[in-house]
Amino acid sequence: MADDLEQFRSEVRSWLEANCPEEMRQPVRDERDVYWGGRNASFKSDAQKQWFEACRDKGYTVPEWPKEYGGAGLSPAEGKIFRQEMAAINARPPLSSFGIWMLGPALLHFGTEGQKQRFLNEIARGEIRWCQGYSEPGSGSDLVSMQTYGEDKGDHWIVNGQKIWTSYADEADWIFCLVRTDKENKYQGITFMLFDMENQGVSTKPILLISGNSPFCETFMDDVKVPKSYGEDIPAYVGEVNRGWDVAKYLLGHEREMISATGGGDRASSLGSVTSRQGELDPVLRAEMAMFDVDALSFTAMSEKFMDELKANKGHPAQPNMLKYAGTELNKRRHELLMAAGGSAALEWDSEESGGGKTARSWLRTKANSIEGGTSEVMLNVISKRILELPGG
Amino acid sequence: MPLYHDDDQAMLADSASQFMREEGAINKQLRHWRDRDCKDGFGHGLWEQFGEMGFTGMLVDEDDGGLGMGHVEAAIVLEEIGRNLTPSPFLASSVLAATALKHGSEDLRSRWLPGLIEGKSVFTVAIDEGPKHNPQRIGCKAEKSGNGFKLNGKKAFVLHGASADMMVVAARTSGSDDDTDGVTLFAVPKDTSGIEHDARRLVDSSMATHTSFDDVELDGDAVIGEVDGGREILNAMLDAGRVGAAAEGVGVARGAMDMTVDYLKQRKQFGKTIGEFQALQHRAAHLYAEVEIARAVTIKAAQLLDGGSEKAELMASVAKAKVAKAAGLAVREGVQMHGGIGMTDEYDIGLYMKRDRALQEFLGDQYYHAERVAQLSGY
Repeated sequence: MADDLEQFRSEVRSWLEANCPEEMRQPVRDERDVYWGGRNASFKSDAQKQWFEACRDKGYTVPEWPKEYGGAGLSPAEGKIFRQEMAAINARPPLSSFGIWMLGPALLHFGTEGQKQRFLNEIARGEIRWCQGYSEPGSGSDLVSMQTYGEDKGDHWIVNGQKIWTSYADEADWIFCLVRTDKENKYQGITFMLFDMENQGVSTKPILLISGNSPFCETFMDDVKVPKSYGEDIPAYVGEVNRGWDVAKYLLGHEREMISATGGGDRASSLGSVTSRQGELDPVLRAEMAMFDVDALSFTAMSEKFMDELKANKGHPAQPNMLKYAGTELNKRRHELLMAAGGSAALEWDSEESGGGKTARSWLRTKANSIEGGTSEVMLNVISKRILELPGG
Repeated sequence: MPLYHDDDQAMLADSASQFMREEGAINKQLRHWRDRDCKDGFGHGLWEQFGEMGFTGMLVDEDDGGLGMGHVEAAIVLEEIGRNLTPSPFLASSVLAATALKHGSEDLRSRWLPGLIEGKSVFTVAIDEGPKHNPQRIGCKAEKSGNGFKLNGKKAFVLHGASADMMVVAARTSGSDDDTDGVTLFAVPKDTSGIEHDARRLVDSSMATHTSFDDVELDGDAVIGEVDGGREILNAMLDAGRVGAAAEGVGVARGAMDMTVDYLKQRKQFGKTIGEFQALQHRAAHLYAEVEIARAVTIKAAQLLDGGSEKAELMASVAKAKVAKAAGLAVREGVQMHGGIGMTDEYDIGLYMKRDRALQEFLGDQYYHAERVAQLSGY
């Protein structure tokens, strides 16, 4: 068993060596270094295209998904080795998408065979770019109060309403969207619908953020006709009609895991070792960084423990809330310290030297970490109710 | 290796948990010996029971009659010790001294290990010479004298020094006080002429000594490892002890947190259970996160130590610092959330605060270890 895994490791290592171009081992510098796929996608460079296609053909855009759905069918242990080997050479992810992180896991759990065959393969091959329609202007932390309504017209719904904070909706091909289909039933009156953003009546408007970037949109649905089925065994909704909240809750769990794993302080190298190259650190700042590194390196161990437990079906089911809380708060602290270490150079907003204000814009972007996908305060509520079992409300 | 306990380790955790809860309980041990002004600070009977349970020699190699287990296993026992505030010489004897003896000659091992394994012998270590942890500075001098050595100098914060049958002493055999090289470790038997213990009771009711050595004559075979080659063994001992102390701290933190969360579910004010107040819920939830993270990094550090990883040194310091932060938070929040009753001696929460304080200082506090994290990370 262990021999097989070591054999697998050396195979992966030599495959990566042969197929991951040097350019794809450099840190991501701007938006276009991330490949999102989709109908209108274009590659920034030949290396990006070559890397994506090599991974796609091998199932390595989604290594742990079954082969019949576009993955490589790796076991959890193999998946861990694959990620370790990717990390060892700083390989960029060949494909990023909400299809991989969110819709995919929901379909693997709740989807019909027909849905898996079609949608998972499209996601794995980077053909369709998805966005997520959850929050509404009046429903943020209290998501279940959402109002976007789909009126039942027999073989289709007519959907009206507005979503907000839909990531990259202006560039997405399809949306997975929470739509109320029963106004009388708060929790059991929501359907998890899938539809094409090119449908008549769908429009998007980017939201300019304090970072100066617009990764999120408002999405408007005005008499949008959504068919109930896209063919045999391919319903236009995940799970059952009116039971979309179960899917949404499942996915929120995944989103929290994802944010805690990628957005958190989950870095193997210490902050101090990165920033000290920029010059002499004030001793008190250095001390704060050392304290931060203690927390961040500890959190890395926590993430690893969490992932190991998840794969073995151990651990408390509400644990992702704790990781989301701790990871996002840590990431905000990380960027405060990066700003302090950077000094006036970190204030520059659009100079070439600053990479278009990367430090400042990232710092501002991280302020959303503890708001999106459930605020820190909601996470603390969940921990106190579900893990500590404290009384009330 | 996954970062959770395997089946054997889970079984060990169950039996250690039950044993400490029953035999090592606060009323049976900590309060019992404290209220009798015990000069050892722990019970020898319990130490023999530790031997019967197989805890005392768990880190000792099987060839030497031990169980040949690792630091993950030792951490399991220490977490239960921490949770029950069980006073014992386990950390000093079975982790620190036992780690040093791994590097000792066969004569040394056969002289000292059987007593340890049986729970008859108590060991300690004498490293620091001032009130703050600073193992870099070794000023105690051991000079060649005939076939042996003559030891002079002073050590501070020697855990239960007056009760120890043997102490591992770090002394300088060449060079000056702050040199890395030139350190030698000695296994010094109790009652060797010229040793004087000035015993003090500490805030957590444990005993520690200021120990002075005045022309103490040691045989050449008291040397652990090589003459002038003690630094590496000392470092191994310190890493093991730090991870062990971190594990005990995790237990202290979890014990204090569990007590506090229970109290939040019982205490009523303003016609409500105080655990219903969000102001307290959020603080308790934040504490939970910190303690879980501290526990994760402690298991990680123990695994790295067992695997002989080069990252073990860094992660031992990360763990010691993180646990100090988390356990400190647990005991402070514990006393505060208990309100007035938390200030009384009758209630156990204050005992957790006292034990945490002593444990924080032992082998380096969060400031010492954060500094070390910075240095090991190259800044």
